[in-house]
Amino acid sequence: MKVPKKNRYFHNKNDEKQDNADKSADVEVYNVKITPRILKKQKYKEVKNIGKVLRKEKKGKFPGKAPIDPKTLERYSRGEGLEGKGLTHPLHALKWQKKERKFNYAQEQAARAEILLPEDQGLIEVEEGGKTTAVSQKIIAENVDIAAATKIFELNLDFGPYRAKYSRNGRHLLLGSKKGHLAAFDWVTKKLHCEINVMESIHDISWLHVETMIAAAQKEWLYIYDNTGTELHCVKKMDKILRMEFLPYHFLLAAVNEYGFMSWLDISIGEIVGHYNNRMGRTSVMTQNPYNATICLGNSKGVVSLWSPNVRQPLAKILCHKTPLTAIAVDNRGMYMATSGVDRSMKIWDIRNLDGPLQHYKLRSAPVDLEFSQKDMLAVGLGEVVEIYNNCCSQTAEKPYLRHRMAKSISNFKFCPYEDVLGIGTSTGFSSIIVPGSGEPNFDALESNPFQTKKQRKEAEVKALLEKIPAELITLNPFDVMEVDVPSMQEQMEARKKLLHLKPKNIDITPRHKNKGKTTIARKKIIKSSTRKEFIDQAIEAKKLLDMPEKQTAPKKSFGVLDRFVPKTKSKK
Amino acid sequence: MSNVKIKVISRNPEDYLRSTKRDIHKIPRNYDPSLHPLEAPREYVRALNAVKLERVFAKPFIGNLDGHRDGVSTMAKHPSKLAVLASGAFDGEIRIWDLAIRKCSRNFVAHEGWVRAICYAPNGETFTSVGDDKTIKTWKSQVQSPEDEEPLNTLLSMSVVSGITYHRVKPIFATCGEHCQLWENTRNEPVKVFKWGVDSLHHVAFNQIENNLLASCASDRSIILYDCRESGPLRKVVMELRSNALSWNPMEAFIFTVANEDYNLYTFDVRKLNQPVNIHMDHTSAVIDVDYSPTGREFVAGSYDKTVRIFESLKGHSRDVYHTKRMQRLTCVKWSLDNKYILTGSDEMNIRMWKARASEKLGVLKPRERTALHYADALKEKFGNHPQIKRIARHRHVPKHILNAQKELRTIREKTKRKESNRRIHSKPGSVPHVPERKKHVVKEDE
Repeated sequence: MKVPKKNRYFHNKNDEKQDNADKSADVEVYNVKITPRILKKQKYKEVKNIGKVLRKEKKGKFPGKAPIDPKTLERYSRGEGLEGKGLTHPLHALKWQKKERKFNYAQEQAARAEILLPEDQGLIEVEEGGKTTAVSQKIIAENVDIAAATKIFELNLDFGPYRAKYSRNGRHLLLGSKKGHLAAFDWVTKKLHCEINVMESIHDISWLHVETMIAAAQKEWLYIYDNTGTELHCVKKMDKILRMEFLPYHFLLAAVNEYGFMSWLDISIGEIVGHYNNRMGRTSVMTQNPYNATICLGNSKGVVSLWSPNVRQPLAKILCHKTPLTAIAVDNRGMYMATSGVDRSMKIWDIRNLDGPLQHYKLRSAPVDLEFSQKDMLAVGLGEVVEIYNNCCSQTAEKPYLRHRMAKSISNFKFCPYEDVLGIGTSTGFSSIIVPGSGEPNFDALESNPFQTKKQRKEAEVKALLEKIPAELITLNPFDVMEVDVPSMQEQMEARKKLLHLKPKNIDITPRHKNKGKTTIARKKIIKSSTRKEFIDQAIEAKKLLDMPEKQTAPKKSFGVLDRFVPKTKSKK
Repeated sequence: MSNVKIKVISRNPEDYLRSTKRDIHKIPRNYDPSLHPLEAPREYVRALNAVKLERVFAKPFIGNLDGHRDGVSTMAKHPSKLAVLASGAFDGEIRIWDLAIRKCSRNFVAHEGWVRAICYAPNGETFTSVGDDKTIKTWKSQVQSPEDEEPLNTLLSMSVVSGITYHRVKPIFATCGEHCQLWENTRNEPVKVFKWGVDSLHHVAFNQIENNLLASCASDRSIILYDCRESGPLRKVVMELRSNALSWNPMEAFIFTVANEDYNLYTFDVRKLNQPVNIHMDHTSAVIDVDYSPTGREFVAGSYDKTVRIFESLKGHSRDVYHTKRMQRLTCVKWSLDNKYILTGSDEMNIRMWKARASEKLGVLKPRERTALHYADALKEKFGNHPQIKRIARHRHVPKHILNAQKELRTIREKTKRKESNRRIHSKPGSVPHVPERKKHVVKEDE
């Protein structure tokens, strides 16, 4: 055995051990040079492990908290956490860990709070091999309690095709007919708020932020009524409106008119915050995306476009069908969009991705209207039949969940929020049907409360007004406002310049003499190219500055005579 | 279709409505994120509202204590009673105040000429004052009989005395003047005299944690550290300009902050005096006095520019600025021991009471109020870096003379920077090195 005679400076203590190990067994030995950092890490690991062991021992005696279903947990997730990879300073890493822990705790608590929810979702259970499609409203009425059975009703009204809309808490219903009949009532108690005939055609109706205010798009202008039918405003800036949508958190009434003008009316201050022509042609296919408050517009060329009041161009455009569109619907979480064309097809899209339809359905006829419920059921209106599909977005639904046939044509329908009810506006009135499992069973009273008292409503109105989101924040990604603002190259350059106290070059923009011989186009090109070149030069300079090492590197470790074997770093000239 | 089971949502109103009119409303909650859309912009708006409300409610001035017939020269906090404050004036009068009712409870002429400093004994039963008449007088805090009005003890010093501070535990106190002297109450002569070739010292303070350590500010621009167990001074650091006052951090024994004549405050670490740990800028004139909050996280500084500024001890710029039209040049500032109030004495004979946090509500908070405030604070922190929110949170209205002075200072600072960078550009690389700001203000450190 070779034994070193003396301990020389190049003999590491570990070397000896390694030699031994090499000979003794085929075990691979890694020679790790121990640095303070590794020691620290090791220590930390040890401490951590001790904690784990202790916890495990504890687990045997006391099982601890009940485990949470990962699916439930996923529902309350605010996105994946960061691992804190780029954090170099241990203090920042620690702070980040603490923050992460808080987020996780909040998520867990929210998921655990689900046990407190009082109501369960509705459902239909049939015997094995049976179809839920065969369950008619009559059977449903026979099988539910009396109070729920009263939710199936029909109103026969004389004034032609009706449009219906529920208020945000699902308690009130608004009907507006083509022939001018406008009615608002509490549909649960059937108490009428008001009923008027405006003696003009009504194209669309909408509740405003509270159930005391109604907007009606009449033949010429937009009118706003209160719940007794008194005309409050006539907004002449918005004329010939075809469709309206109310954005409750922004207090905006979005509308599109016959000439393709989009307008957003801030109803809290009565100001129009966005008004422009969409250049998409006349269209009455419109819906809102509740996830980000953009407006989805479908036109006669089969293109769906997303709009915000701040940008005059569509935020996104997608060719959905090669034929004119008949209806669009967006689900509550802003995940799926359903579109239908006159080609009798219906497609489901991922609205955040927009490439390729997720599902493609062929229907018997072209749908009149589409509507998603709170629990992602999709109602499709086919002439005189309403079909409701369950779970049709992520997978292909073979059969409709429910089918309801009527002897009158459908004009529109809406799912009632927080109820298992679908309200259908038809050519001869209104009919309400039960769709078990379509509504959210547990409401959040601070968001919208079906059992709201007058005082609560007033208070909620004030709170909502205080939290009115400005129209500028309507973007495709609503979480934009939370993201880190990364400065552009130019901004970085400017900041750097300021830091270095460099004087900016004086650029004389006016030409000294006219270049008479050259055409304007050529000159423009020259100017363009020269400015571009200038910018590129500046960018290169700035990059150089940015790449410049901040400090001189610390003097290298000296190995005495052996310095010549240290690899030299190449220096760029 | 016989075997069909159907369940629909059917709410019993009794479960959701209050049973009697005296009952509270039922508020069922559901935290499902799909029921609460647009979370980010809503939170942003809430944060914006919270920060605006904070500025709306920022009314820090509580009241003033008037009664002195000359400018207030010094103040002293009672170590155990929050409502007691002693203040001395330029005419030699000392007043004891009851802060709860904002009334003067006792006043007497203690010295001929200024009252230079007052300090309570750690037990709070007596307090000692020093004046221009070279006397050190000890007084009783509580007056039961007429003879309690007279000083308990009068010590005559050979030279002018300008500052006094008590040891936290031992029955000794230190004064400063020509030299730093240690006294015991029972003796007529100083126990110890520390000299380091200085003509005069104007402020002295015992460390309250490492209680044998004391520091003083000298008129030759230096700060001197002493240990009361040793025979000579320990260390000295010389600054570019004179330091006016000194305050020890009550939570971190090795940290102290000095108020300097060059408009800045410097936080030093005792273990590393060759450069300050932090420089606190923002005042536009000499800083006269400084006092730490009992948490050690913040301190208050009063300046000759007629403003009071509150600094966070780890940050370089002030968190808040207080001023009034009538307040003249500050002479002394104190942070109350419950961390809620700030007391300032100024040239024009008034002592003013301020809230330490300008928008804080005084009095008892209801639980809902408290949670709402916590929520608002969390939001403000979360969105604190948004330009709009930052702008509102940072904005302070200052009098015109301060604004102009700030502008002037900024141009001066920019000028020097520009000049330096120009010089750097046009000279041999490396010959004009970058000197960090923290290294610029200390001249030397002696041992």
